[in-house]
Amino acid sequence: MNKYWQSFGEVNDPDNFQKKVEDEFREELPFEDMDSKGLLDAKSPRRDFLKYLGFSTAAATLAASCKTPVRKAIPFANKPENIIPGEAKYYATTYVQDGDVVPILAKVRDGRPIKIEGNDLSLFTNGGTTARAQASVLDLYDTYRNRFPTRKVGDKHEESTYEFLDKTIGEAIAGLAGKSVVLLTSSIVSPSTKDIISKFANLKHVQYDAVSYSGMLEANEASGFGKKLPSYNFGEAKVIVGLGADFLGTWLSPLENALGYTKGRKINEKNPEMSKHYQFESHLSTTGASADERITHRPSETGAVALALLAALDGSVVAPAIADAKLKAGIVKVAADLKANSGKALVVSGSNDVNVQIIVNAINNAVGAYGTTIDWTRPVNYRQGIDKDVKALVADMEAGNVGALLIYGANPAYDYYDAAKFKSALAKVKVTVSFNERWDETTELCGYNLPTHHYLESWGDAEPKTGITSFIQPTIYPLFKTRPYQTSLLRWSGNATDYDSYLKTYWAARLQSDDAYNKALQDGILVEAGGAGATYSSASVAAAASAIASIKKGVKTEVVLYQKVSIGTGTGATNPWLQELPDAITKATWDNYAMISMAKAKELGVKLDMDYEYYPKKPVFKFTVGKAEVELPILVIPGMNADTIAIAVGYGRGEKLGKTASGAGKNVYPFTSFNGNNVDYYAADVTITDMNRKEKIAQTQIHNSYEGRVEVVRETTLATFKKNPNAIPDYRTEMTEDYAKKTSDFRREATLYPDHGQPGIKWGMAIDMNACYGCGACVVACHAENNVSVVGKSEVLRYHDMHWLRIDRYFVSDNENPDDLKGVVFQPMMCQHCDNAPCENVCPVAATNHSSEGINQMAYNRCIGTRYCANNCPFKVRRFNWSDYTGADSFAHNQDQELVGKLDPVIHQMNDELTRMVLNPDVTVRSRGVMEKCSFCVQRTQAAKLKAKKENRVLADGDAKTACQQACAGDAIVFGNVHDKASAVSKMREENTQRSFYVLEQLHVLPNVTYLAKVRNTDEIIEDAHHGGEEKHEGATVPAAEKKEEANH
Amino acid sequence: MISCKPITQKLTLAFLIFFSFSGIKIFAQDGKALFQSKCASCHNVFKDVTGPMLGGVIDKEYYGGDMKKIYNWIYGVNTLINSDPHYMDLKKQYGSVMTQFERNSLPEKDIDAIFAYIKVTFETPTTREPKDPLKPETSSNQNAVIFGVISLILAIIALILMQVNSNLKKMSDDAEGIGRPEPVPFYRNKVYIAMVALVFFVVGGFYVTKGAIGLQRQKDYQPEQPIYYSHKVHAGINQISCLYCHGNAWESKHAAIPSVNVCMNCHKSITEYVKGPELFNEAGKKIDGTAEIKKLYEYAGFDPLKPNAWDPSKAKPIEWVKIHNLPDHVYFNHSQHIRAGNVQCQTCHGEITAMDEVKQFSELSMGWCINCHRQSKVNFNYSDSTGNKFYSIYEKFHNDIKSGKMDSVTVKDIGGLECQKCHY
Repeated sequence: MNKYWQSFGEVNDPDNFQKKVEDEFREELPFEDMDSKGLLDAKSPRRDFLKYLGFSTAAATLAASCKTPVRKAIPFANKPENIIPGEAKYYATTYVQDGDVVPILAKVRDGRPIKIEGNDLSLFTNGGTTARAQASVLDLYDTYRNRFPTRKVGDKHEESTYEFLDKTIGEAIAGLAGKSVVLLTSSIVSPSTKDIISKFANLKHVQYDAVSYSGMLEANEASGFGKKLPSYNFGEAKVIVGLGADFLGTWLSPLENALGYTKGRKINEKNPEMSKHYQFESHLSTTGASADERITHRPSETGAVALALLAALDGSVVAPAIADAKLKAGIVKVAADLKANSGKALVVSGSNDVNVQIIVNAINNAVGAYGTTIDWTRPVNYRQGIDKDVKALVADMEAGNVGALLIYGANPAYDYYDAAKFKSALAKVKVTVSFNERWDETTELCGYNLPTHHYLESWGDAEPKTGITSFIQPTIYPLFKTRPYQTSLLRWSGNATDYDSYLKTYWAARLQSDDAYNKALQDGILVEAGGAGATYSSASVAAAASAIASIKKGVKTEVVLYQKVSIGTGTGATNPWLQELPDAITKATWDNYAMISMAKAKELGVKLDMDYEYYPKKPVFKFTVGKAEVELPILVIPGMNADTIAIAVGYGRGEKLGKTASGAGKNVYPFTSFNGNNVDYYAADVTITDMNRKEKIAQTQIHNSYEGRVEVVRETTLATFKKNPNAIPDYRTEMTEDYAKKTSDFRREATLYPDHGQPGIKWGMAIDMNACYGCGACVVACHAENNVSVVGKSEVLRYHDMHWLRIDRYFVSDNENPDDLKGVVFQPMMCQHCDNAPCENVCPVAATNHSSEGINQMAYNRCIGTRYCANNCPFKVRRFNWSDYTGADSFAHNQDQELVGKLDPVIHQMNDELTRMVLNPDVTVRSRGVMEKCSFCVQRTQAAKLKAKKENRVLADGDAKTACQQACAGDAIVFGNVHDKASAVSKMREENTQRSFYVLEQLHVLPNVTYLAKVRNTDEIIEDAHHGGEEKHEGATVPAAEKKEEANH
Repeated sequence: MISCKPITQKLTLAFLIFFSFSGIKIFAQDGKALFQSKCASCHNVFKDVTGPMLGGVIDKEYYGGDMKKIYNWIYGVNTLINSDPHYMDLKKQYGSVMTQFERNSLPEKDIDAIFAYIKVTFETPTTREPKDPLKPETSSNQNAVIFGVISLILAIIALILMQVNSNLKKMSDDAEGIGRPEPVPFYRNKVYIAMVALVFFVVGGFYVTKGAIGLQRQKDYQPEQPIYYSHKVHAGINQISCLYCHGNAWESKHAAIPSVNVCMNCHKSITEYVKGPELFNEAGKKIDGTAEIKKLYEYAGFDPLKPNAWDPSKAKPIEWVKIHNLPDHVYFNHSQHIRAGNVQCQTCHGEITAMDEVKQFSELSMGWCINCHRQSKVNFNYSDSTGNKFYSIYEKFHNDIKSGKMDSVTVKDIGGLECQKCHY
């Protein structure tokens, strides 16, 4: 019997946990001024009463007597023909950030982009998006963007003009007397920009990636493929092995990977088969969470694991000694499975060690991956930086050989492994220019800053894969005095044209006609022929194998650095939506922390009792690697390698990046090191010191408890599913027998309430948990579409987070061994739009009620904030506006309260006139004191219906897509009219009757969201897998731990 | 049986006529929409505007009732304008040339529909029925006043009678020699005071509540605008289609106020106000129409002496005062009402063609919206050829109509009273 649990409190101390979660407030309410006696027993009740009465009367009079303001309606002076005020337009463009490329459509409403949607014409992304692409629209309106060009005079950056800077910098570059001019950028995917760079005489171009793929690039060169990265075809693979590669979260092109991976994970019930995913890793990553089988190892053992795998496959190398028996057995098993699926297997590694990657290439060759699951005809351009080149550049700068350094997209003063050295070397360069959009750590040190446009303001192109180009077109006139960095490069190389016209000329010439270029712009995507491919050479394997043997082994505790899906290498840190997006595994927001194993927690004396779990304060430790030290709170996570600590990069940013980034977490890039060839993102030896203090971490998932109900999430193994495919339908039959004896109609007989009729449309949703990997794109899309407020860390700590859609994470283990993780289940959870909704019955003012289309509707202006509905909601999806997060109150200055404390600065940032331009004008901005929740994107369903009516036709399937559905790369979320038998959602329900379940079905709340149970591809047969209700019958044979849990039910 | 034959014939004939007539009606209705969206910006049925008047044009000598010639012209403007002497004459007369249409954007059947509409409109004498939605309300108001006056008079009479009664009683008591205390005057009588207090409370409460509900509502709001723009002159006397200026209402949630370049489409040539009736503002002051046109030129940066030198991109926007304000938490869509709902502009905006200065005609309160949603019938497709096909999924209603359970579908039936139809 598996247990699904969210927090250690639930596993270790269920009784106490239960008691505690019954309290609504986990902290004392902050009524400092009042004693326990209450108002009437206060010193002067009459005077207080009169005071309050007087104030409220005065306030009411004030509010009522305000004169109705005279509003102006100002039309266009000269209206452009294609603009219709009030109607959104969609422009195909491309999200490009440090080599990441997502073809998108920007929704532009009345001249301002407000939402990012995936571009359906792009086949390699299939119209999916990532959380960061979704959030990028908010970056456009960031109040901390650089607004004008500057030059450094003394210690200050003073505003300047482009004319002046062109002249000054042009002259400075001309007068360098033989010293070199270097352009340091993140990976450049734009072919036209590369063209400009190549035409810049004597310009040396160095590409630098914050988290480097240099090891892979060099390994591929050694294996005969050239310094490139291939396209991976996860969809073709029957066996997928990840060696520490977080390919569903952050590795290379997670969107594309997830898309392919999903193909193998969707199950046809008639013939249930799926791909098998093994993951070797040191910490619990987003990808590992979705794996069928996880095997953990120390980070320094990565090379040994790869080598052992190759040895087991073809014996071409000598297997290294591996002490861990579990790991050893795992390698044997994986090797056998890979062999059996030759030609349908794929091995990917996240290591940045060239030797490890050479071995991985040899493994892929041995399992026949080249030409099947690895495609060399369309190499990808996402990452191109070579560590050695960057090191050589820094040495050159240090030696005084570099005369001018132009920086775009790179921020080595923050994320270089030896940032101090980079900074001192930078000081020796005469002309330093940054084209970065913000005052990041490097830009602060540069002599000149010529901020470039945000991508939504730019023209441009991006070639993510050979022969596939995605175009960038502006969706708004530049907000500030910014200029594309390409224009600067053109000017300084003696070319007077702007980048905009250069791009047009470049592509019109390449496509041989203006029309073809315009068509490509309109589609956003252009597909040309791929390359010829390349063949594998094993020449370097032996040398690599011997090099791996000399890798320094970890002694005691090791630290591994990882990227969060939201923050990435640090570029997401300035974005409030991304900071507030809970991490898939830890559910923590606004921070980084040290993830440690349960064994390590025991060793460090961290007790996993109620105090640890229940209160947000976590013990702080100091982690020291060489000279670098960082103090961070810890989070205990099951399924970690016992001796590994995992910390996310990208935090601890500079003050000047704004109120969102600064103050969140600590920078751990100093823990990286150079191994002679590449940068290592782990450290083999870390010292831990207890600081004897605690810090708060704002986690979201422990906020709500399902009060011990286990039917929320359903998960099984493939073997169990094949053996007993009707577990879920049987449960339903049982329920019908119990509660609807007379008519066998569970829906009508099992309740006192009458059924709602839906004469026309009935909206419904189906969510395939097998295709959800917890990436959070849907959560951010929901934020953007529905004006969901950001509340800041202090409010998340008080359980006031406002996410309409959250992704619940459940750990799966047996009762005795929570650390022996069998898997993790992600469950997107939003309002279930119950047809027999418990929230509707308890609202005293009928602010929430049922629509004739099956939507549980919420009328904000009717809500008086009793919160009865939230208390009665079994899914805990209703959110209450405890404070004025949006500035929508009638009274100004309501955001900072003396009694309950001031709100975080980020809230004021979100309410800036500029930032508010991102709000969706079709959705009400909620004020303090009202309840809100998922509306099934009612503004979208209404718009779709209106469009159909205007066109005098029946509503077609796919006309109305919710924001979460649109954002999902894996098509895990399907939405539509369930009365239409041909709709995708109806079909999904019909074809998956054995896996379809409703959350807490036995409560007879009749949800409109179906979930498809998660299936792990293992041979384990789970006894009594079908439901928790049966535990009752098990009686005295239950072991003690399980008995304890029973008390919960 | 024989006697029956003529009757059946007549009946059949009547049916045929009825159906063909209703067919034309429907055809003409489509045509109206098409006419308004495709033609009305330059053509009018009754008179020459930017283009020639279209009423009766088909019967003119040149066309002689031949629709083919019409098609040829519409699809071949660009060639005919330089080859056909008829059109070359017209060009001379009107100065501008019509935009050529493509067959896929305006197929022949649409042209037929437009001309059917023109025919119907031109041949039916214009009988405008200004539906006055205030009428029933005023009558009930009048009744209320009459009842109020009657009850007031009765109350006064009752009071007087009570006083008389008490006086008489006192006199008879005096006559009979029964000693009674002096009666308390009515203004000190506690019963009277209590009654007055109660009445005051009820009446006061009623007005306070009514006032509170009416906060921020501004029916009859009629602000002074930067330019005295008369809808009566434009939409009433000159019959410019509402959608010519407010075309946005057809496409979008906002009706939108036309941009300066739209005004200038006509006012490039109409430089003074001469033919129309005298204009007065609310205060009764006489308005000089020509001076108001001059104001427009100020905004547009247009010099009537040098019309060809005008650069529309140099125009300044006009800051009109917004009259119809909805709260932010209400979603209202113009195109939904006029296109999907077939609601006339006048239903909500009143007899705009008779207003010189526009005032808010409706209350724009939730009760007002809801009432209309209760009563208005949707464009339901009672049969395959009528109504909006969107509604064909409403199986239950189709069945109920067939079985006679319901006779029509109102907005309420399709969920028009639900919160999240307007609040989200």
